[in-house]
Amino acid sequence: MDLRRTPLYERHDARGASFTDFGGWEMPVSFDSISTEHAAVRENVGVFDVSHMGEIAVQGPDAAELCQRLTTNDVMALQAGRAQYSAVTDESGILLDDIMLYRMGPDSYLFVPNAGKDDWMTTRWRTHAREWELNVDIENRTDSLGMLAVQGPAAADALAAAGCPTDDIARRDIVEGDVDGITCQIAGTGYTGEAGYELLVPWEDLAAVDAAIEATPCGLGARDTLRLEMGYVLAGNEFHHEDNPRTPLEAGLDFIVDLEAEPGFVGRDALREQREQGPAEVLVGFILEERGIPRAGYDICNPAGEVIGSVTSGTMSPTASIPIGLGYVAASYAASDTEVGVTIRGENKKARIVTPPFLNSRT
Amino acid sequence: MSFEVPADLYYVASHEWVAPEDDTARVGITDFAQDELGEVVFVDLPEAGDTIAAEAPFGVVESIKAVSDLYAPIAGEVVAVNDRLFDEPELVNEDPYGEGWMIVIEPDDPEPYEALLDAEEYRDQIA
Repeated sequence: MDLRRTPLYERHDARGASFTDFGGWEMPVSFDSISTEHAAVRENVGVFDVSHMGEIAVQGPDAAELCQRLTTNDVMALQAGRAQYSAVTDESGILLDDIMLYRMGPDSYLFVPNAGKDDWMTTRWRTHAREWELNVDIENRTDSLGMLAVQGPAAADALAAAGCPTDDIARRDIVEGDVDGITCQIAGTGYTGEAGYELLVPWEDLAAVDAAIEATPCGLGARDTLRLEMGYVLAGNEFHHEDNPRTPLEAGLDFIVDLEAEPGFVGRDALREQREQGPAEVLVGFILEERGIPRAGYDICNPAGEVIGSVTSGTMSPTASIPIGLGYVAASYAASDTEVGVTIRGENKKARIVTPPFLNSRT
Repeated sequence: MSFEVPADLYYVASHEWVAPEDDTARVGITDFAQDELGEVVFVDLPEAGDTIAAEAPFGVVESIKAVSDLYAPIAGEVVAVNDRLFDEPELVNEDPYGEGWMIVIEPDDPEPYEALLDAEEYRDQIA
């Protein structure tokens, strides 16, 4: 199957990007190098083309109810012009995706699923709207609406220099604004741990908006190391509905699960039961205290060498210069400072459980 | 993009180079290999005294994203290891044929280089 491309593909290519297949999209891994791009975002400002993420509009009198019944957070508490991080679960409480839900107006929502999940989520929303006889219109705008993430301490300066002051845009706000005279939706959101903005831009305007913003072009490589340093989950790594079925409670996403909000969401009963009993395994952060780099799939052991879990993401932290990782362990090993081990090429390397972010961690 | 391929070295298809030096041979990875990997952040090497077999993995080089085995171009005993790479793995990127060298081998075979690629053959492979 042909890979999908964003309208910025040629522009990325001309700026020296190397590409990879991510969720069915041909996307930049890096332009210059992962560590320089990573540092640009931590210290200055970088821009990511995240148009591979889905954009699905949900509009109509029953839009709020549909979103409430299909996502784990409290949609009724979401004000117009605000954004909410949330999750989509099945009847068993298994994570299908993590999403950002934007309330664009009184009866108008837009949610952003991960790359390659736009058709699946559109179908899921439509099927349930029919089943529950809700009056709502669902439109998959992934192939007409692009997204740029402008991230880093100088993100506001970069947007101001492009004619778009952001003084009135608080974290998780979404407002209409102009970048170099082009109308965009500008959200105070991102997934890097830095201040920053995400811009929803029609495909035909994406290149002009990107060109107007002076920032280091960044690829998926830096996006991954930045989110991993914060301990943020990545769909496909920390959960996958078939390969690594996990609930939000196992994945450390309790803060986006509201078991009291009404009407209840698909999967709520299962998550209620799991919250009462406590999950058997939970996602933890850890740092390696010996030479090596943890990688997805490596075993996590207790000091006796018994397997107690498995690594889901790992890298050398570009900011802290230490090997860091995320993984699931039996809940009894999840406390901070617990000594564990990671099996790397047959050897058990010492590791210690820490609570992310890893930015200030030192061995 | 054009990669440096010094004329006086031998190469293998897995992108290691070998430099004959009197009775020993120095081994590292090529300019092409370091560029493909991206920034090297970790190197694992055998210890002096270890014996290694031709075409068998003798160590590991890791970038931020990827793990890659190092394959021995020739069989022999490891007589020196570049332990600077443990603290300065970036030398592999900065100077792959110089300070980024990995190990020195005392070859088992007195004529170990015949089966290897010369610079021209290796250049054709990465073209």
